Amino acid sequence: MKLHTHIRNILGAFAVLLALTVAMPASAQQNTNPQSQSVTEEQLLRELNKITGRITQPNQTLSVLEQPAGREWREFHQVTLRWIAAISIVGVLALLVIFYLTRGMVKIEGGRSGRTIMRFNGFERFVHWMTATCFIILALSGLNITFGKAILLPIMSAEAFTAISQWGKYFHNYLSFPFTIGTIMIFLMWVGGNIPNKMDVEWVKRGGGIVGKDHPPAARFNGGQKMIYWIVVIGGAAVAITGYILMFPFYGTTVSGVQLAQIIHGIVAALFIAAMLGHIYIGTIGMEGAFEAMGTGEVDVNWAKEHHKLWLEEEMGKGSSARAKAQPAE
Amino acid sequence: MARMKFLCDADRCIECNACVTACKNEHEVPWGINRRRVVTINDGQPGERSVSMACMHCTDAPCAAVCPVNCFFTTADGVVLHSKDLCIGCGYCFYACPFGAPQYPRVGNFGSRGKMDKCTFCAGGPNPENTAANYAQYGTNRLSEGKLPLCAEMCSTKALLAGDGDIIAKIYKERVAKRGYGSGAWGWKTAYRETIAG
Repeated sequence: MKLHTHIRNILGAFAVLLALTVAMPASAQQNTNPQSQSVTEEQLLRELNKITGRITQPNQTLSVLEQPAGREWREFHQVTLRWIAAISIVGVLALLVIFYLTRGMVKIEGGRSGRTIMRFNGFERFVHWMTATCFIILALSGLNITFGKAILLPIMSAEAFTAISQWGKYFHNYLSFPFTIGTIMIFLMWVGGNIPNKMDVEWVKRGGGIVGKDHPPAARFNGGQKMIYWIVVIGGAAVAITGYILMFPFYGTTVSGVQLAQIIHGIVAALFIAAMLGHIYIGTIGMEGAFEAMGTGEVDVNWAKEHHKLWLEEEMGKGSSARAKAQPAE
Repeated sequence: MARMKFLCDADRCIECNACVTACKNEHEVPWGINRRRVVTINDGQPGERSVSMACMHCTDAPCAAVCPVNCFFTTADGVVLHSKDLCIGCGYCFYACPFGAPQYPRVGNFGSRGKMDKCTFCAGGPNPENTAANYAQYGTNRLSEGKLPLCAEMCSTKALLAGDGDIIAKIYKERVAKRGYGSGAWGWKTAYRETIAG
């Protein structure tokens, strides 16, 4: 009992001593400028271009007090992205119109043979059209976010434009899932035929089958198609990843990360749309016999001979009767 | 016409969070949304400062510029408001806002963003009347009753000032002159492109 009291006294004495030593410099400080040690907004912004602190709310994204970088993102969204998207999309459209007027539809030189060969089976076509349908709706609803208020809003009521944009947002968010699945399937399904090789260099040098009148040999996928393939796979992956960051913001990203994701998403999407316009052109009015590959899945043998000679030879070698079949006489 | 602004005197703010609570209570702000918050910088270190932050009602507001449906507008008092009937909850105003003011209720699947909510400077919504529907969407319109924002009115140390920009800047300057120091009007340069000498 006595020892206990003794220890308590000693501890008490220490506590008083400690309090005195702490209090002395504190009282000495009272005369100095309390701002001498204080943080200033200017200094913090100069160091990090962002001021972050501690908050008591559970939503930790709010701990960013100030991020003037939002102004730069605004500049990107309102000016830079609009120019990139407008130039690439309108530019490609203009080029396609000029090309169509000068070159016209690329005909099957040998004419239709009347015999067809299976190019894409039902599953491949399903995956293609699922991804394509999603892509078109995603592209239109995305363009609406960037250009809608400049193009659509002046010609309709604010309520109608909001209704369109609201539905566009729902479609944009939900169709991202089938689009992503489609892109993954496209990658897995056709990666075998799309590894670039020497033949593609030769194909590009000879202007493919579309620029000149030449028909450089190609396997199942020629150089141009391989380019489209990789644009879809890499571009699709980029828009999907950045898109999900925007859909589920702040899981592992701060506001700066979200801004960067939107910048990548916007630029890649604009270039993606421009590239797909070229793809749609060649697949429809640009080339005779091309649409059937994704339409019925059966292409004319002469078309295959001109554009995919090596592939045709390979298919014929597999047992021609099973693959190539004569069309019934009309 | 007055140009309404907020000014937080960081040398006075004691991080009591009364402004946060007052705001939530006055407007019955939905769960998970904070129109105002107090951020403490250099917490626990010498020179620690707390700043109460909400929408600063910027001049040439970035949120309004990036909004894809143009749902923002600035009132004659310089207050930046938006229409929740037009907002589509895209999140862009949050990316552009230098002060993290826009908040989104998590409604719908995948916690997708609902209509944006932010500080209204206690000025209600596009419709100035104090109806039940307006209250549910935007909270009270104190300005129409001749009152200033409740957060500043409640501030126990009068750190948070709200009102005509010229008047609150004058009050702050007088304070700085009298006490001999001041860490400046936080956010003013970013929001209004002007500073008050500290």
